[in-house]
Amino acid sequence: MNDNYAVDGETRVEIYRRMALLKANDERSRKVIKTGRLMMPYYSYRGQECIPAALAVNLTDRDYLCTIYRGIHDMLAKGLPLKELWAEIAGRIDGSCKGKGGPMHLTSPDKGIMVTTGIVGSSMPIANGLALAAQLSGDGRVAVATFGDGASNIGAFHEALNMASVWKLPAIFLCQNNQYGEHTTYEKATSALRIADRAIAYNMPGVRVDGNDPLAVHAVTLEAIERARNGGGPTLIEAMTFRFHGHIYGDDDAYMDPARKKAAMEADPVPIYRASLIAGGFATEESLSRIETEIEAALDEAVEYALASPMPGEEELTTDVYAEGAAA
Amino acid sequence: MNDAIVDTAINTHRITILQAINAALADALADDERVFVLGEDVGDAEGGGIVGVTAGLSKRFGDDRVRSTPISEQAIIGASIGAAIAGWKPVAEIMLMNFVTVAMDMIVNHAAKLRYMSGGKTSVPMVIRTMTGAGASTGGQHADYLEGWFAHTAGLKVVAPSTPEDAYGLLRSAIDDPDPVIFIENLISYGNKGPAPVSGHRVPLGKARVAVEGKDITIIAYSAMADRALQAAKILSQAGISAEIIDLRTISPWDQETVFASVAKTGRALVVHEAVKPFGPGAEVAATLSSEFFGRLKAPVERIGAPFTPVPFAKSLEDAFIPSPARIANAAQKLVEQGKL
Ligand SMILES: Cc1ncc(C[n+]2csc(CCOP(=O)(O)OP(=O)(O)O)c2C)c(N)n1
Ligand SMILES: [Mg+2]
Repeated sequence: MNDNYAVDGETRVEIYRRMALLKANDERSRKVIKTGRLMMPYYSYRGQECIPAALAVNLTDRDYLCTIYRGIHDMLAKGLPLKELWAEIAGRIDGSCKGKGGPMHLTSPDKGIMVTTGIVGSSMPIANGLALAAQLSGDGRVAVATFGDGASNIGAFHEALNMASVWKLPAIFLCQNNQYGEHTTYEKATSALRIADRAIAYNMPGVRVDGNDPLAVHAVTLEAIERARNGGGPTLIEAMTFRFHGHIYGDDDAYMDPARKKAAMEADPVPIYRASLIAGGFATEESLSRIETEIEAALDEAVEYALASPMPGEEELTTDVYAEGAAA
Repeated sequence: MNDAIVDTAINTHRITILQAINAALADALADDERVFVLGEDVGDAEGGGIVGVTAGLSKRFGDDRVRSTPISEQAIIGASIGAAIAGWKPVAEIMLMNFVTVAMDMIVNHAAKLRYMSGGKTSVPMVIRTMTGAGASTGGQHADYLEGWFAHTAGLKVVAPSTPEDAYGLLRSAIDDPDPVIFIENLISYGNKGPAPVSGHRVPLGKARVAVEGKDITIIAYSAMADRALQAAKILSQAGISAEIIDLRTISPWDQETVFASVAKTGRALVVHEAVKPFGPGAEVAATLSSEFFGRLKAPVERIGAPFTPVPFAKSLEDAFIPSPARIANAAQKLVEQGKL
């Protein structure tokens, strides 16, 4: 592979393993939804795999993540156990949130997966709080907020970036710019030519990166994470990407320019990166196939586990509202 | 016995609630050039709304009058308020009711109060349309009924129809109204059909509708629960209980005259809403009835609402969360039996 990135072969393959996991998980999710065995609103992240896969190899379980409804890729990359994920999206008691949260509110604090929001824009202010906690305790953690391009038009984005900059919080604001917010194009809704440029207004570094290039994302996120850990404050990163399957499962894409979609799908980062690893001598066809087979087996197991897990009983309806249980 | 059945015989053309709202918007846009529609994805280039409520409108009336916005609820409501003060009649869509939280300052501190705080010098004749309702496995941040917050805010009116005719007529009245109106649409029942409204039809705000006449108990409901109350009435009639079903239609101000007349007749009342029970609109109605009919009630006024929890994701829990026809019928039957003791 012809690149100047000082990334060792093991890390390169690990990034691929995570990308392959995310891709396979998305494909499996859509397949199972189609059979009717899973009833949930599903926001496919297919096409965006490279961003969290390359980010997450730079983080530890102790680092914090706040993500969004389109965030299963972020969480899987950061280590969300497959069984916890699948039981949750199936609404079962063995899910990460006992089936009460569902796909838009997956939470796994052991892996640093602290908040998943269904409200556009809300990941950023809360990530600030996690970053503040890290700053106050001096424990060296960082907090990453992921969000979409559309979310940068919400007041919460602007308030959060300003505060993070003033307080020099160890926060990374990672925008996955897939060029659409629901059915509205980036161009129609967003005044800034580049979201990264919005960082100027908040006096923090703002970087745009090709979200299809794992090594570029790896480098940019590593720099931001190191800056945050070393007291240098927050960074805004804009990773350019595309969602291959529309806003939500069942979306007919009628509002999309077919040429734009076709071009994006032809630039699918997963097979391209896979080929580059083999061409660069970092992996062989057999070694990557083995990884993919392992992923499929783990998915088989997780789906089966989830669908065999019981639904939460009615007593669960009123527990967890307060520490001591809910009023009638 | 059932008014609705008689209506159907006269008017055979049936449309969905979604079509009725679309028609009301189209007719309002056609009748008054000051009316305009704004919201996320409402334009036809964006699919005419996430479920198609505004489909066809931007093609017909232009992108200026039916405009897709950035994802910026605070700015959507702020712009609506400003335009309303300047004499326009905005109809803003906040896609789902939970997203009004992001714009609460604009709604509660400004839209609701500007007429009063300005001593009547300014006013905010705007409508906020929003959708909600549990039953689609969307979990804790996409399905809340928050009408109680708005009904508790002086200066706002709150409307929640359950039939196509009412949806059309109430939306037209809401757009005509000189004050801000929150118009709540149930996401789950958009496809429900009913007699088509006559173009230009108005349902006055603040007027309830007796959906079914009865003599043993008054069940007061609105939005999707009005339908469930009708289903409960069928269960009750099999048990020999005659329930009068009142669809409140407007939550604030609510139609005390119609409700009082019914309770004076039946002597029993049950209020039903999908919003969580504690501090819900049912408490206001029940307290008012208890006071008005003190000493004349055959049983205490009861309320049914969702349990005091966020909307759960798991199907088993979501089903238990939403008040069911059986639960409504059971509660009504208990009240009737209690009153006979
Ligand atoms: C405050 C708020 N407004 C509207 C919505 C409805 N909504 C859900 S996703 C979405 C689009 C968000 O676009 P973007 O931020 O670009 O993220 P993407 O979905 O493209 O990943 C919208 C409008 C919401 N969830 N929250
Ligand atoms: Mg987007």
